[in-house]
Amino acid sequence: MGKSSTLNVGAGTFVLLGFAALAFLTTQTTSHGVHFGRAGHFYTVTAEFDNIGDLKVGAPVSMSGVDIGRVTRIDLDTKAYRAVVALQLNSKYNQIPSDSDASIYTQGLLGGKFVGLTAGGADTYLKDKDQIDFTQSAIVLENLIGQLVANFTKGSGSSDAPPAKSATPTTPEKTK
Amino acid sequence: MTVLRELWGSLVESLEELGAVSRFLIQLVLYSPRALLRFDLIARQIFNSGALSLVIIMLSGLFVGMVLGLQGFQLLRRFGSEDALGTAAAIGLVRELGPVITALLFAGRAGTALASEIGLMRATDQLSAMEMMAVDPVRRVVVPRFLGAVIAMPLLSAIFSVIGLYGAQLVGVQFMHVDSGSFWSQMQAAVALRDINEGFTKSCIFGVACSLIAVHQGYNASPTAEGVGLATTRTVVTSAVVVLFLDYLLTSVFL
Repeated sequence: MGKSSTLNVGAGTFVLLGFAALAFLTTQTTSHGVHFGRAGHFYTVTAEFDNIGDLKVGAPVSMSGVDIGRVTRIDLDTKAYRAVVALQLNSKYNQIPSDSDASIYTQGLLGGKFVGLTAGGADTYLKDKDQIDFTQSAIVLENLIGQLVANFTKGSGSSDAPPAKSATPTTPEKTK
Repeated sequence: MTVLRELWGSLVESLEELGAVSRFLIQLVLYSPRALLRFDLIARQIFNSGALSLVIIMLSGLFVGMVLGLQGFQLLRRFGSEDALGTAAAIGLVRELGPVITALLFAGRAGTALASEIGLMRATDQLSAMEMMAVDPVRRVVVPRFLGAVIAMPLLSAIFSVIGLYGAQLVGVQFMHVDSGSFWSQMQAAVALRDINEGFTKSCIFGVACSLIAVHQGYNASPTAEGVGLATTRTVVTSAVVVLFLDYLLTSVFL
């Protein structure tokens, strides 16, 4: 009896481990289910964008390059046809000026989009359910290329078509 | 002329083999509901092929994940998108590496054990003795082993994937300092339930294939020492080829 029961305990432990692994895969690696490790205190602000590119729920929100929260919800405002993005910010960072502006940037060349906040100068701070009024949309690569091509074809009419000129639309993005 | 006849002969032989395996599978499936009533027999086999394979599966998973983390990091750094490491590792592990490598290891660890055990029972006339006692050896010996292995395989594959992810996370986040928030959030944004489902379905089918090949080879082994050895070898070789072939087939179905 003793051997059989240790055997059953072993088999039971194994099956339990297996199902725990399956549960981990379905809830923790996908966007479904409850995510742990997000505990702590947060407050949520929203921001409206003309175009969010391929920003996804779960993307980080950063300020000066420091991760301060993440995107929790993306909706379309069907009246104004603008994207409404809910940003969940860590309440450790509760002194963000209310006139700060939010922009959508790209991580690296192929990386995902993230929301970057730049501090404003107001004396009041962002609170829960506030809205960020100053926003800058994602730079959509296709539009940029379209602009570039348009510039280029316009420029090729004159004698010198400086590539430096056609490249100007890209420079503000880099410096930002 | 003789060449053609030989070719024809081997073709018929392999068709015969395929037919025998298929019939064996149908027989096992038909016996399964009754066998499930005697769950203690199956639990013992889950322990034998599942719990005893845990160490090799976890160790391999850890190193496969760590290599994936290292290679993925080096590659993604060229494009400045190290943050996509979590996505790359998760998709690679869950959809491909988890089921396939687990199946190959499973064939080597549990499949050979099954084949040699049943083959040795055949060689030492234990199966004939059961028949004489009016105990059907397929019901009493083969079906519980088959079911135990079929149940164990998807669980082992899931454990492999999770340990592999931990390995990738260890190298990516702890050693190479990829941002852990991006690692997980990009993974969660990119991995869908479909991907998990694909990996799970694959591992179930590989489990059936590997277990079937193992018990079939063992049950039909020649009752000699050489026969048992041959059955063991053929189990590994056939399982590996069948798993890789099925993997291509299943991947093209899922895409």
